[in-house]
Amino acid sequence: MGVRTWIQEWPVYRQLTGTDPLGRGAAVQSERSKSLTARTESADSMARSVCPYCAVGCGQRVFVKDRKVIQIEGDPDSPISLGRLCPKGSASLSLVTSDRRQQKVLYRRPYGTAWEDLDLDTAMGMIADRVLAARDATWEDADEDGRPLNRTLGISSLGGATLDNEENYLIKKLFTALGALQIENQARI
Amino acid sequence: MAGPNSLYGPVDPAPDAGYVDAPPRVGFFTDTSVCIGCKACEVACKEWNLIPDDGFNLLGTSYDNTGGLTANSWRHVAFIEQPTAGRGAGTDSPGAFAAMPVGPPASAQTAVVAAGTAPDTGTEPGVPPAVDALAAAGTIAPPATGPQFLGMPLPDLPGRMMDAPRSDFRWLMMSNVCKHCTHAACLDVCPTGSLFRTEFGTVVVQEDICNGCGYCIPACPYGVIDRREGDGRAWKCTMCYDRIGDGLTPACAKACPTESIQFGELDELRARAERRLESLHEQGETSARLYGNSPDDGVGGDGAFFLLLDEPEVYGLPPDPVVCTRDLPAMWKRAGWAALAMAAAVVVSFGRRP
Amino acid sequence: MGSNMAEAHPVGFQHVVEAKRRGAKVIHIDPRFTRTSALAHTYVPVRAGADIAFLGGVINYILSDEKDFREYVLAYTNASMLVNEGFKDTEDLDGLFSGYDPETNTYDQSTWQYASHEEHGRSTGNSHVARDTASALRHESHGSPLPGGDVARDLTLQDSRCVYQILKRHYSRYTPEVVEQVCGVPQDTFLEVCEAWTANSGRERTTALVYSVGWTQHTVGVQYIRTGAIIQLLLGNVGRPGGGVMALRGHASIQGSTDIPTLFNLLPGYLPMPHHRQHETFRQWVDAIRHPGQKGFWANAEAYAVSLLKAYFGGAATAENDWGYGWLPRLTGDHGTYQQALDMIDGKIKGYFLLGQNPAVGSAHGRAQRLGMANLDWLVVRDLYMIESATFWKDGPEVATGEVVPTECRTEVFFMPAASHVEKEGTFTQTQRMLQWREQAVEPPGDCRSELWFFYHLGRLVRDRLAGSAAPRDQGILNLNWDYPVHGERGDEPSAEAVLKEINGYDSATGEPLPGYLSLKDDGTTACGCWIYSGVYADGVNQAARRKPGSEQDWVALEWGWVWPADRRTLYNRASADPDGRPWSERKRYVWWDPEAGEWTGYDVPDFEKTKPPTYRPPEGATGVAAISGDDPFIMQGDGKGWLYAPGGLIDGPMPTHYEPAESPVRNPLYHQQANPTRKVYDRPDNPINPSPPDRHVDVYPYVFTTSRLTEHHTAGGMSRHLAYLSELQPEMFVEVSPELAAERGLEHLGWAHVVTTRTAIEARVMVTDRLTPLRIEDRIVHQIWLPYHWGGEGLVTGDSANDLFGIALDPNVLIQESKVGTCDIRPGRRPTGPELLAYVDEYRVRAGVAPDRYPHVLTPRADKPEA
Repeated sequence: MGVRTWIQEWPVYRQLTGTDPLGRGAAVQSERSKSLTARTESADSMARSVCPYCAVGCGQRVFVKDRKVIQIEGDPDSPISLGRLCPKGSASLSLVTSDRRQQKVLYRRPYGTAWEDLDLDTAMGMIADRVLAARDATWEDADEDGRPLNRTLGISSLGGATLDNEENYLIKKLFTALGALQIENQARI
Repeated sequence: MAGPNSLYGPVDPAPDAGYVDAPPRVGFFTDTSVCIGCKACEVACKEWNLIPDDGFNLLGTSYDNTGGLTANSWRHVAFIEQPTAGRGAGTDSPGAFAAMPVGPPASAQTAVVAAGTAPDTGTEPGVPPAVDALAAAGTIAPPATGPQFLGMPLPDLPGRMMDAPRSDFRWLMMSNVCKHCTHAACLDVCPTGSLFRTEFGTVVVQEDICNGCGYCIPACPYGVIDRREGDGRAWKCTMCYDRIGDGLTPACAKACPTESIQFGELDELRARAERRLESLHEQGETSARLYGNSPDDGVGGDGAFFLLLDEPEVYGLPPDPVVCTRDLPAMWKRAGWAALAMAAAVVVSFGRRP
Repeated sequence: MGSNMAEAHPVGFQHVVEAKRRGAKVIHIDPRFTRTSALAHTYVPVRAGADIAFLGGVINYILSDEKDFREYVLAYTNASMLVNEGFKDTEDLDGLFSGYDPETNTYDQSTWQYASHEEHGRSTGNSHVARDTASALRHESHGSPLPGGDVARDLTLQDSRCVYQILKRHYSRYTPEVVEQVCGVPQDTFLEVCEAWTANSGRERTTALVYSVGWTQHTVGVQYIRTGAIIQLLLGNVGRPGGGVMALRGHASIQGSTDIPTLFNLLPGYLPMPHHRQHETFRQWVDAIRHPGQKGFWANAEAYAVSLLKAYFGGAATAENDWGYGWLPRLTGDHGTYQQALDMIDGKIKGYFLLGQNPAVGSAHGRAQRLGMANLDWLVVRDLYMIESATFWKDGPEVATGEVVPTECRTEVFFMPAASHVEKEGTFTQTQRMLQWREQAVEPPGDCRSELWFFYHLGRLVRDRLAGSAAPRDQGILNLNWDYPVHGERGDEPSAEAVLKEINGYDSATGEPLPGYLSLKDDGTTACGCWIYSGVYADGVNQAARRKPGSEQDWVALEWGWVWPADRRTLYNRASADPDGRPWSERKRYVWWDPEAGEWTGYDVPDFEKTKPPTYRPPEGATGVAAISGDDPFIMQGDGKGWLYAPGGLIDGPMPTHYEPAESPVRNPLYHQQANPTRKVYDRPDNPINPSPPDRHVDVYPYVFTTSRLTEHHTAGGMSRHLAYLSELQPEMFVEVSPELAAERGLEHLGWAHVVTTRTAIEARVMVTDRLTPLRIEDRIVHQIWLPYHWGGEGLVTGDSANDLFGIALDPNVLIQESKVGTCDIRPGRRPTGPELLAYVDEYRVRAGVAPDRYPHVLTPRADKPEA
């Protein structure tokens, strides 16, 4: 930057020579202010999504930069929500990016007094073992009259109303095939 | 219209601040008659502008736990619970209490104001309510014949102690915001040029310039601008300067579910507001009024103006705000004359020396 | 009514605000003045738990002055049908219908049937079995089954046995005076609602009724909704634009999780989970659904059932093995979530999965939920944030009271972090049955994974471990069709689109996606994971991902998302045209018959066979779809009609009747029978219930309380109390009381108070507000208090949980708990802590006469003196 430019960038110079003699507008606009743009404009991609809170089903646009979500706002194309979001929907960005979110598997052993770390694959294997053990321990082939029961009442599950249809489908399919029928969700509550 | 570089009266602020070919002035029209008090505006604002939270304090002022506009809350939804006895506005079945006697007010706010003492009630920007503020308010003895005081900082309902059914009641909600005044005192007093007028006619703090001197804070006639603790700089609504520059709607107006907050060109918004007011008056909402829409008011009109359903004071808004720099030119003029006179006197006194 | 739409569904409420702008009148009926009331023209405070009395009063108003939309009622409802002579009403039996069995507390429904269908009620089996299996939930997509054959009708509606006259007699005592007495609603306010509702309904105008969970969480919840539906049918507001009964649901895909049920008693598409006695064989199961000889689309149920089994078991499902029916588990009774919690306490359940749900805060009787979890072998919690249900063993209220000691609690807990909605793709089904596809924005961080991932790999691991097993019990899981393509950056995420294709259905031989449920076959040539969703992948296109901007479409916006069934946006929309197929009015035209083209047309996809003319009359002996007449809009009903009177399918009666809640300070002013005589109860010491009249000591818990949501929080708080921007807006648990109650109990605004029931006591900050109104019920004042239910011990803002106050008493039709009304005491100051809390609550129980061997009578005793 030459001395001349440097002087021209000086607000007082701009104030005295420009259209803003009182120095309240154009003359004092900073470089940062001049170059300001909405961060959504420079996003790498935008995914069309749906709000995860209530069942109105408001459209969301999820802006991503450098593989991070940088903004979530209403999708104006949605005939349901017309681009609007309530406070919860508007807080979706925090919901997804909060540092309070749990990102690691935690394990509490029987009679334990604190959480411990556990590897994801190990945890999956342990859960599979426990499902089969509970199933074996509580399996019922038939009722007292010999009618088939083909089930276990040793395993329960609660949840699904916040999940996708495809997920509910797999949950129901797997548990049904395992003979576990005590599968419930918020629709019962 | 006032002359160029005027500090008072109607002007178009962006050209006045040196923008050649400025785009039309934009603003907010906040129609409180359709506000549902959801506070989406507060959250959307914070998510976009990455503002720190304002602390977790139950204020007890109806559903308002924000308390006011602060450095960390650039939108603030006020909640006012009030009876409609005898008014009949906003309801098709007015006057359920019309026949009941109207008791003296027993609300903390009214009592505090009447007593001329003002413990912190959380309505000061950035100030959480003092623990004993409401208790202090509660120590003001209720009228001997009036209803028992229960500490609610709310307008009292006539016939509170009666066992008759009550059905008519009004709950007002309003999303408050920086007014982006035509004559913005905060800007006029800013010694660093941090506060400036944008090409859109809005008023913005430039965070890279602000040195935290705080002059702007007492200058604001609405008590909007505020310094952030630990940061020192002044912060307030920018009307999403970054968004509107890219042709986007500010975050609060974008989120608002019921279009209570409308963003657009100010002239168009003013016309729309007039039509809305007319329609409400036709529907019998005779208490509806516009606030901050007139270029002839004490701040030259607000860039963010409101449709209210009651007196501005009810919402915590000053009834007749005046830019504190209104008299500055006159004062300077007078100061100038005084200085000249002084100088003359000095000259004269020296001149008379033999 | 029963909905706080502005607060719980703010963005949906924009359409109400828009309607108001255009001149619609908005009426809000609710126990408490809310942000919805603030925007309504008229607010009507009502006593929590008295809605049927209010709505029954509206029915009485309509029928007394014959303000019903007669042409609609005659053509489209069962008003003219004649009912069995043996039917006795609650007016005859002082609160009971005919057929009550005091042994099982259920009804023999044979006398409720249409004339000539008497045998049917008996043959449908035991009503208490139907209750335990929440069988009414099956009717979400269709009416209860009916036998075939024509029903005698009286089109003059004068026959004393016709539905219209029965309805009229049933509600004749629900006068404005009675409404005032029962609900606390002044007569002029009540009449204002009646007049507005009837004046705005009919040929030219329609009125919409909106409800939410405020209605479902009652021991008479289903009948609440029935009452609303009866009014809407009488006024011609069903199947027409601007009409309807709108259920606003509170979770992103709770509709989807009912359609593709993670529910014990259902299989996808509302097919019943087999019952060990009623559905021992495949044939019994299928015939129980399709009811041979019946009218309507359920007659094709065998195709839906076989296609589901083909989707589950693929090539292993053959005609010879009844399509793998033998691998399905069987119900023996009530296996609902509350029965499960009690079974956990009793040590019957080993392992428990929590999938984005937090029963420690969100379910009624939190203490029972937590004590149950503390008695498991293992618990898997999958969530985004650390929730109370994962930390009951170290931070729960029972740890404070000493009931749970960490070093003695054996439950092994796995916390598995979940992927958020932007980290996976898939569909949610929103509250109007619309599926919307979500695109994935980013990969889930760290160990976070989708449920799709978790269950796919759990299934894979389990199948690996069982590989080669010859045990009969393992054949179902080993034969499961479990091959899904995987993708994603980690290379192990199953394809949600592949699952959606399976849900849509495909040709078993070619794998080609099916166009819709009409192409499903019962011979094994089609597979379909959920028949009502068939068509969502029609033409090999993900129809749920359609996003043509609303601004470029008409107001029905058919090219946005996909709605079951068959993309029909308004159910039963044939009713928007008159019997001849012409719009009832130009203003309200929606779907109509185009005689030139010979087909139904309109803004929406017609919910009717496209080319069946209005003049079509079924031939003698026709069944199934062919038996649906050209003027029968209710094509899923066994008789094609909208039911003012339900001759079957409901456990607690063919018509809604006002019963008091299971806990009420008020004696039922209408009948001797106090509360729902068929409600599901669990009489056990860990589920005490507060006394209600005519039992004594009602005054120990003298106040009515109700709970609901705040805009600023979400359900049990897992998705809101961890977020600073939401937590700061409602930072603390509070309780709202009227100034009158505050004065009566010495409560101070912003001070502490605690609320006590037989279950526990919880504390909260006091909000004294005029938004709560004491009501005059008969000759006394009833105070109501309100609590939000979002708080628990984890998160940025914490507090006691309102749901801890409730016990477990359920609606008999769907086994949903009564958690919108109960009785309580409220006192100033904080509650006791530690073991003293238990002693404090116990002292209340002693005063109330609540003891381990004493429970409220389900059938109100006839003794001259109530028991002590």
